Amino acid sequence: MPEMNLLEAIRAGIDEMMAADERVYIIGEDVGKRGGVFRVTEGLVDKYGEMRVIDSPLAESIIVGSSIGAAMYGMRPIAEIQFADFIFPAFNQIVSEAARIRYRSNGAWDVPMVIRAPFGGGIHGALYHSQSVEAFFAHVPGLKVVVPSTPYDAKGLIKASIEDPDPVLFFEHKKLYRLIKGQVPEEDYRVPIGVADVKREGSDMTVLSYGLTLHQSLEAAEQLSAEGVEVEVVDLRTLRPLDKETILNSVRKTGKVLIAYEDNRFLGYGAELAAIISEEVFEHLDGPIMRVAGADVPAMPFSPPLEEAFMPSTEKIAAAMRELAGY
Amino acid sequence: MPIEFKMPKLGESVTEGTVSRWLKQAGDRVELYEPMLEVTTDKVDTEVSSPVNGTLLEIRVPEGETVPVGAVIAILAAEDEAAANGTQPTEEAQAPVAKSAQASVQQRPVEIQRPERPAGDQAQGFISPAVARLAAEHNVDLSQITGTGRNGRITKQDVQRYIEERSKAQQPASAAQPAATAAQPAVRPTPPAEERISAAPVPQPAAAPAVLPPALLEGDELVPLTAMRRAIAEHMVRSKRTSPHVTTVMEADLSRIVAYREAHKAEFERQGAKLTFTPFFVYASVRALQEVPIVNATYTDEGILMHRAINIGVAVAIPEGLVVPVVHNADEKSLLGLSRAVNDLADRARSRRLQQNDVEGGTFTITNHGVSGSIFAMPIINQPQAAILGVGAIQKRPVVITQHGVDAIAIRPMCYLSLTFDHRLIDGATADQFLAVIKRELEEWKE
Repeated sequence: MPEMNLLEAIRAGIDEMMAADERVYIIGEDVGKRGGVFRVTEGLVDKYGEMRVIDSPLAESIIVGSSIGAAMYGMRPIAEIQFADFIFPAFNQIVSEAARIRYRSNGAWDVPMVIRAPFGGGIHGALYHSQSVEAFFAHVPGLKVVVPSTPYDAKGLIKASIEDPDPVLFFEHKKLYRLIKGQVPEEDYRVPIGVADVKREGSDMTVLSYGLTLHQSLEAAEQLSAEGVEVEVVDLRTLRPLDKETILNSVRKTGKVLIAYEDNRFLGYGAELAAIISEEVFEHLDGPIMRVAGADVPAMPFSPPLEEAFMPSTEKIAAAMRELAGY
Repeated sequence: MPIEFKMPKLGESVTEGTVSRWLKQAGDRVELYEPMLEVTTDKVDTEVSSPVNGTLLEIRVPEGETVPVGAVIAILAAEDEAAANGTQPTEEAQAPVAKSAQASVQQRPVEIQRPERPAGDQAQGFISPAVARLAAEHNVDLSQITGTGRNGRITKQDVQRYIEERSKAQQPASAAQPAATAAQPAVRPTPPAEERISAAPVPQPAAAPAVLPPALLEGDELVPLTAMRRAIAEHMVRSKRTSPHVTTVMEADLSRIVAYREAHKAEFERQGAKLTFTPFFVYASVRALQEVPIVNATYTDEGILMHRAINIGVAVAIPEGLVVPVVHNADEKSLLGLSRAVNDLADRARSRRLQQNDVEGGTFTITNHGVSGSIFAMPIINQPQAAILGVGAIQKRPVVITQHGVDAIAIRPMCYLSLTFDHRLIDGATADQFLAVIKRELEEWKE
């Protein structure tokens, strides 16, 4: 079983799907000859040609809008938004059109489309290359939102997303692209959308996370383990539809919850998790539901100390775990 | 789910009500809006209706008992549930026991088994939902556990550790114990707060200053206080304690009133109003209140509250006591209007059909004690008003009159008018000025 980093796993998944199904094609800025700014699609244009790996103009509304039309017509587009920060010109197409086609047509039409977008900070990307945008889309019924955090999950999830009959937003944390390596099977497999994964078992508290903060949470859990506190870390993997059962079972077991995510704290994804937990398993709670999240400031700062101040980290998460353990 | 039926709030300032009569008994069927019981508050009797089609399962408050607004007075079952549960409350009570005995592992009767809150609650700090649940499921007395959480809070782990140690200690002796506990009937849950309030004795009004209980004589009988009697007692004592009462008296010649009434009685009758003397006194009082507005006021520590509205209460004696229905905005009514209003209020007072707002909002009161033969009295002010007019019996008396400069003795229908006023805000001369307006209006009557 080969070892791959996150972006190689995503590329492998796309490659296999393109080889197996000629309806699958890629469209985005610099995805062809350049292979994408992060090289996720590197080499695919040589293999599948310019008709299936399309360099688009700098116009996200075209990338998404044309993909919606193609998907409705029977194609399986993979639209790449170069940075999640640039997705907003296509917000209308995604939220008002793609998400609603099935509903609007009473089930007659669907939009089997994937929109890939690298998100997140910690790479000195500053204001326009660091945002977390998942909460905007996870809010909308009709969309699926997937955030893979390991190479295995990334490959299994990109394949499941391409096959999915609905529009899937596939958010990849750009700092994880080369940071995280893992064993990825060569044989064909899927990781189903809508299923969370307990990445680490523990009895004293549950940490819910995805993306970069998932890995920071796993590191922090190791620190806490040395101090005698066993932390269970749940990788959400899919933000919508949410795997409530895995989450609630874990909370029933541990009684304490910490939610770690990089997006701005206020009305970020953790807010919904906290609400669901207190509504559904209130009687199992043994402490306040806590969050470690990005600061509520307008944008990711460029200055390295300020960026560090904004970003959740292993230390910040470990500190929150200690506080919650001591409650 | 059975419906808790609560004592309704029957007026702005009403805080409690007495169940005077149940029109339905436990087990009876009730229709939506069908009168179910009669409730007496301070001054009003009301029928209270059912909020559902269904069955009256249980009466919680017997006739004669007074409970605060919001207290549960009965348990109802809405139609479909009544059919499902059966109408006998006894069956209902037995059902949970049978069920909990059956409910083995799959359905633990968690709520039923919940032990009563330990007394040492405060000392244990915050009890989290998880700890409360775990303790209930395992019948753990939390006072036996030392907390290791923040500020000594008992954590979930503390409870789990305790359960583990307890089961280790008990293991050989009582392996079968959990099953036995599950089959046991519930620990009786503490009654909800409201119930406890209703069960508590009715608070005694500060009516009588504490006096030694009277020595019982042979044949003595203790008659329970009605809500009305209690309210009257409380109010009278409070008024005497609140306002320094001073009374001034004048005598009025009602010749013109008597004549006018004789001349117009039939005409009023045709218009559906019985013309009594009371509307004349109300009419004269309105003029006086307009000319001397300080009497239409309330003394407060913040200042004298001058009322713009002129709402005149008219005391009406009824067998159970005394009520004071109010003619609202009396200054806007003609003599005919006042007659109708007074007739209506008096009728409804006697037939006990007054609404709460009929007895609220008065700014001045008239008591016509003359109807029972009294010629002169010093009534107690109806708080928070500033004064009360007492009207004595109208009697023909020989009086000295002066006509064309010649004194003569004449027989005239005379009446003593007393004004009892709150000396905190009204001085003697002002009171006399006020009473003089009433006297003038009556003696020089012209509508």
